[in-house]
Amino acid sequence: MAETALFSREDMKADASRLFFRKRLLAFGVPGLILVYLTYVFFAFDVPGLADRMRLDNAATLVSDAVSYKTHVTRDNRSGEVTVAKEGERKGAYPEGETPEWVTIDGDRTFITLPDGHAAEFGPDNTAVYIHPEFGRIEASVSRAGGVQVSIAETDLPDWVSYSSSRLDIRTEAGRLTVTRNRTEVFRYFWGWELFWFTLDSPYHDHGPLEIAFGPQLDPERTNLEGAWEDFWNNSMWRHKDVVWALGETILMAFLGTMGAALIALPLAFLAAKNFAPLMIVRQAVRRVFDFVRGVDALIFTILLSRAFGPGPLTGALAILITDSGSFGKLFSEALENVDKKQIEGVASTGAKPLQRYRFGVVPQIAPILLSQVLYFLESNTRSATIIGAITGGGIGLLITQAINTQKDWEEVSYYIVLVILMVIAMDWISGKIRARLIHGAS
Amino acid sequence: MADLTAASGTPVQDIRDSYLAMVQRRRLYNGVLLAVFVVLMVSGFYVADARNAGGFWDGWHQILDFPAGVVSEAWEKRANLPALLVHYLPSLLETFNIAAVSTLIGCIAGLFLSLAATRGLAKWPLLIPVFRRLSDVLRAIPEIVIALVLIFMMGGGPVPAMIAIAIHTAGAMGKLYSEVNENVDLKPLEGLSSVGANWSQRMLLAVIPQVAPNYLSYALLRLEINIRASAILGFVGAGGIGYELRNSMSWGQGKFDEAAAIFILLFATIVLVDQVSSHFRNRLIGTGGH
Repeated sequence: MAETALFSREDMKADASRLFFRKRLLAFGVPGLILVYLTYVFFAFDVPGLADRMRLDNAATLVSDAVSYKTHVTRDNRSGEVTVAKEGERKGAYPEGETPEWVTIDGDRTFITLPDGHAAEFGPDNTAVYIHPEFGRIEASVSRAGGVQVSIAETDLPDWVSYSSSRLDIRTEAGRLTVTRNRTEVFRYFWGWELFWFTLDSPYHDHGPLEIAFGPQLDPERTNLEGAWEDFWNNSMWRHKDVVWALGETILMAFLGTMGAALIALPLAFLAAKNFAPLMIVRQAVRRVFDFVRGVDALIFTILLSRAFGPGPLTGALAILITDSGSFGKLFSEALENVDKKQIEGVASTGAKPLQRYRFGVVPQIAPILLSQVLYFLESNTRSATIIGAITGGGIGLLITQAINTQKDWEEVSYYIVLVILMVIAMDWISGKIRARLIHGAS
Repeated sequence: MADLTAASGTPVQDIRDSYLAMVQRRRLYNGVLLAVFVVLMVSGFYVADARNAGGFWDGWHQILDFPAGVVSEAWEKRANLPALLVHYLPSLLETFNIAAVSTLIGCIAGLFLSLAATRGLAKWPLLIPVFRRLSDVLRAIPEIVIALVLIFMMGGGPVPAMIAIAIHTAGAMGKLYSEVNENVDLKPLEGLSSVGANWSQRMLLAVIPQVAPNYLSYALLRLEINIRASAILGFVGAGGIGYELRNSMSWGQGKFDEAAAIFILLFATIVLVDQVSSHFRNRLIGTGGH
């Protein structure tokens, strides 16, 4: 008795230590394998070489441009004409004879006040001065023969000035002055997004919302609210009208694609479900079609369809439609195979014809499941539609890629990203609400 | 008895009438909803058609022109196909690696996000809404946007794509995992805290063993989705098979045999991963669940 107990105890001990050994192997082996794989990928992706390829100046431009903007004060050194424009764009130019309060034009002299005691001045005969509160004055002049000349010996220039005979570039935290043969230009930086509400040619620029709503009429031809809405909607800098249309196009792509896919997949799913399609060949054929459509990526369909229809929302909608009809077909036929037979029999026992059996025996069982799947896809397709739009050229995806490709409108890129996030979260929220109601109603 | 039938005549009639009225109202609502849906679909189709570069009615018979061109050209050069399949294997491997690493990193990040966003498990219960919104936002950003911005900063290559997909995966997994976490049995947690285990010990020993099968199943499903995403990002310049596909798909370059080879590789990979992952998921979950 004692002997067997001893024996079985040792046996159990051995068993336990084997178990522990296996657990320990798993506990160290899996993280070890992951580590080995990550190390392999680290070198396969050439992460060490990333530091060389990384362009930190691009990153800095991106971040500063996303949260701030610059106003250019530019003098054409041939004609002597001075223009003030936000971001240097024609759309953001101040009208003739108008300047912001930090720029004063007095005959052929232009005084520019920069923050922190810095200042700049355009003088007659193509001269320019940068006034630094600690360093003092740096004077420059441009002539056709000598190029750009500076008042200070080249060796005495501080490191925030770069100078050659064709170009002088002074960069401080307060602003920037560049002088070339053709133009003299001062940048002053401001926080925020420029001209988001109204462009400079609108009478409502620089007026607060309360003033527009309740103040005196600013434009004799239009009431304030009507005019403000018109100028905001047609803002040529931010193109609010086009952006809203693009968001609409993206949602339209997702809606048409998802609903169309569901409508096509529903009848086909009956053919692929074991309990509704008695013929094995038909069932297998339909299922293989679903698998094929799912396997061919949305990317491939997008390329194929954009050859036939050109870029635009229809192409995106059809690409989503084709890809998702495969997924829906699979999901729907699985739902159909799980249908409770008793309800159909019950309906059949009252003498219902096949169509009535489906309508009253099958549809009430599967409708909530199918609808909730469709809504789930609708939400995730809003995001896919943005991506497909970036490839086919439709909707907000197109606007984002265009803005990124200019490599300077990062404030617009960040604006669009915020809009996309809000759009996807809104769709998520709406579809979640409807799904919760459906499930609640079904139970 | 006589009273009873006489008295119940009207209530039954009432019930019948109100039931029929209800059915009629319901049918009316459903009819209106259906009509609204049909109007939305039809008008949406016409709007999309009008805003598209080429119209639907002009284009639909051309759908098969391009695939037919690809297939016939690839068939003419079918002798090249085996060599091309081998030639594109490394870029396929890169696409797969992007997907696998971003799934791995994203799932680990999603695990922490989900633990921080589940009531009863969170280390800082006050921050639960913050972590939930964070995973909503991460989930909502399309990968392509992050990838394009990162390509501007880092140059092309697999790393921007990997980061972009990992960010989205972290958000998506944060949500799915926290749904799993909500069904966790809290008794092991109480047991561990009664012997003085700290937060990470409680999570590792009481929560992870319960949720691991579901986590793995979602991760496998995600891998499949991420392979597609990785191919798409290659198409906009992030390397891998998508990039090769774009190069070979231009008209009139005589490279359609390459396009066909890439297409076969991509299709085979997606189907293979789909089959393998659904096999393992069935084993993990036991039922046919997804």
